[in-house]
Amino acid sequence: MSYLAKNLTSGARELIAFRIGDQEFCVNIMSVREIRGWTPATPMPHAPSYVLGVINLRGAVLPIIDLSARLGMKPAEPTVRHVIIVTQVKNKIVGLLVEAVSDILTIRDEDIQPTPDMTSEFERTFARGVLAIEKRMICLIELEAVFPQTESEAA
Amino acid sequence: MDMNEIKEIFFQECEEQLAELESGLLRLNDGDRDPETVNAVFRAVHSIKGGAGAFALDDLVSFAHVFETTLDCVRSNKLEPTQEVLKVMLKSADVLADLTNVARDGGSVDQARSAQLIRELEALAKGEAPPAAEAPAPKAAAAPKAAPAPKPAPVAAAAAPNDEGFLPVAFSFDDFGGEEEAVIEHPAYEVVFKPKSELYTKGNEATLLLRDLSRLGEMSIHCNMDSLPPLDQMDPEAAYFSWKVSIKTDKGEDAVRTVFEFAEWDCELEVIAVDAGEGASSESEELPMQPVPFDLSALDEEPHAPLGVVEEEEQIAAAQEAVTAAQTASNVVQMAGNASRAAAADKGAAAAAAAQNNAQQASAAGQTIRVDLDRVDRLINLVGELVINQAMLSQSVIENDSNGVSSINMGLEELQQLTREIQDSVMAIRAQPVKPVFQRMARTVREIADITGKSVRLVTEGENTEVDKTVIDKLAEPLTHMIRNAVDHGLEMPEKRLAAGKSAEGTVKLTAKHRSGRIVIELSDDGAGINREKVRQKAIDNDLIAADANLSDEEIDNLIFHAGFSTADKVSDLSGRGVGMDVVKRSIQALGGRINISSKPGQGSVFTMSLPLTLAVLDGMVVTVAGQTLVVPLTAIVETLQPDAAAIHSFGATQRLISIRNSFCPLVDVGRILNFRATQANPVEGVALLVESEGGGQRALMVDAIQGQRQVVIKSLEANYTHVPGIAAATILGDGRVALILDVDAVVAASRGQPLHLETSLAAAG
Repeated sequence: MSYLAKNLTSGARELIAFRIGDQEFCVNIMSVREIRGWTPATPMPHAPSYVLGVINLRGAVLPIIDLSARLGMKPAEPTVRHVIIVTQVKNKIVGLLVEAVSDILTIRDEDIQPTPDMTSEFERTFARGVLAIEKRMICLIELEAVFPQTESEAA
Repeated sequence: MDMNEIKEIFFQECEEQLAELESGLLRLNDGDRDPETVNAVFRAVHSIKGGAGAFALDDLVSFAHVFETTLDCVRSNKLEPTQEVLKVMLKSADVLADLTNVARDGGSVDQARSAQLIRELEALAKGEAPPAAEAPAPKAAAAPKAAPAPKPAPVAAAAAPNDEGFLPVAFSFDDFGGEEEAVIEHPAYEVVFKPKSELYTKGNEATLLLRDLSRLGEMSIHCNMDSLPPLDQMDPEAAYFSWKVSIKTDKGEDAVRTVFEFAEWDCELEVIAVDAGEGASSESEELPMQPVPFDLSALDEEPHAPLGVVEEEEQIAAAQEAVTAAQTASNVVQMAGNASRAAAADKGAAAAAAAQNNAQQASAAGQTIRVDLDRVDRLINLVGELVINQAMLSQSVIENDSNGVSSINMGLEELQQLTREIQDSVMAIRAQPVKPVFQRMARTVREIADITGKSVRLVTEGENTEVDKTVIDKLAEPLTHMIRNAVDHGLEMPEKRLAAGKSAEGTVKLTAKHRSGRIVIELSDDGAGINREKVRQKAIDNDLIAADANLSDEEIDNLIFHAGFSTADKVSDLSGRGVGMDVVKRSIQALGGRINISSKPGQGSVFTMSLPLTLAVLDGMVVTVAGQTLVVPLTAIVETLQPDAAAIHSFGATQRLISIRNSFCPLVDVGRILNFRATQANPVEGVALLVESEGGGQRALMVDAIQGQRQVVIKSLEANYTHVPGIAAATILGDGRVALILDVDAVVAASRGQPLHLETSLAAAG
């Protein structure tokens, strides 16, 4: 039995961790479709500031979100070293701009600690828990909350 | 292929048959008395019944049976297809469609309605006036089998359902002539049936055809074996036998011909009416059926016919079987040599004409195949990618090879032409005539006319205009809504119409035509037109406009497209449920279309919709705005011009007008509207695109530069993102980057002072 399969059957899951500034975040690896380098995006009119624009992903139009700005931190200045994590939630595909992918973690559900009781917007909206891995703190992000709001939600 | 797949094919065929049925009935309604039309209608119901029988869909079978029986009366000229008769039949076609849908998707039908129609149909078949709708229905769902079958009148006998229905019955020669009592009164026919070898290779069998024939009445068969060669010269695949059948039947000549319906191309068939009373002696004119070219589409009508080539062994086996069967048959039959033939020259001529007609129709139908839509869509997507790839390739070659005369360049140009041609051809696969949608509208009109008590005639024109299937599919809903509105609000009650000097019957006209790369659908009624005073008052009541607003007639008319707007005094069952013309407008806009209304008080209203022919590609002008590349749909652009400083006039604080041939047109800075730049650009440095917007008004859109004109593949923004105000969709350009396609109407509306995001929030709220 492979390592992955063994862990999956014993209630473990895999996360992909990435860096934005000096902080580390992670998302469930099952939502990640691919990771690719930064290409200039076509800006969209009237878009929220965290939406950098759209790029061509093999024929599909893919919106790119500056995750740093989305999480309320300072907007990124994309360079060729930045990467785009292509994620899928339900039937929507969105690219997240981050500084670098740092790790792939295999954890158990009980490793996830609840987010500390704080009243910040960030914690309530995006954070789903924190992980302590080798003295680092990695924040688990709720992908669906990060996605740009759809029309129905806006109404 | 499992049962469900076969069933699915049956339902697909049902849809086609239902369409055929409805169009046939409508033709009859318009006074068409071509026997072939009646036959087509009959065949449609007949095929549905046959298929439904195979799947044991009892409701469908029993209704189709009653329907068929009545149609048979029309076919044998016992029932005149008057307007009243056709009204019942059209309703029956609707119920038949409902029953088919229920059989496919589950759910339930209006039992009372179908029971009522069964009664009406049976009454018609008996030659009575249809019973009044109010007539109590004590369990009168009257299964067709229970229908009383009074003896003598031939009409009634024809109406009496045939117990055998469509189930295969084991063949026994004892059955011959078993069920008829009043033999002498029935007209007699002499049938000469000479199969060709093709008949056997297609899996038909003479025995089965003769057996079917025997169900029509008492008959005697003589097998002619004269052409049978000696055994050593016999070709096992050839057909050597012919049969001469004398039959007495009350079902008419057409019924006899129907038996051979699916085989008539592969045999020589003569049906001659014999004067039963006198046994007349005049010699008939030999009028063999004209050979009709065989057409693939004909196979579709007969699900049992094997498609394609039968294996050789099978052919031999079939032929041998036929030989055996023929011998058996000839052993049993009586000799019927002396049955004299009475000439029915006119009938013969009619049959020949019908055959010719048939041939024309068959060739017009052409050869078709049924393809899964997913496969077509996949092909279209791939071709879209090919176009993008080709453009990218061209671009990089141009960048690396500036002299432009190399063989690579020439090859690329050819490739470009080829890809464009491939794309056009692939798009043509999806193009479908709007006919099915228009036919559905006929039903809508009937139903609403019934409910409102108005008398309405629907006239359709240009129903063969072709447009992409996605457009067709999405057209039905807004169109239904508009038709409802037209009948419910537009047309007046008959008394009112007469008082206004119009005919009591209102006319709703639906036309489709191609105009400059778009399809234009027009819906007009000859009703009262829009009551502008009422609309205005309503708009004021609903706070849509200020009480003292000064609006043009056109602006008032267009108020009906506002959300939550309904002028009907009372909320009727049909319209006025809060979903109004705004929903219609939005769905048309979602298709990349525009809708417009013009109305004349007392004379009616005209709704004009203009829709793109396809939702997949678009001819666009590629422009630069504030460093961004945008695509402007070519259809919106009237002309482009380079403004000079003298033509630009400031108007108020921020507005600017451009004078074009002595008329002033507002100048709209696209870069400002889309928030690409903070201040207005200098018009003299850019290019103005004169666009025509939905409201008819013209605007000059300022862009920085024009890059060129290109066909682009439309990519949805909504799929992964959300609707963007002012942007219709996206596309991928030759350099692989995404470019946005401008929504001209939204930009023009924004320039009128309606902020772009407000519109979306309205859309979202609705």
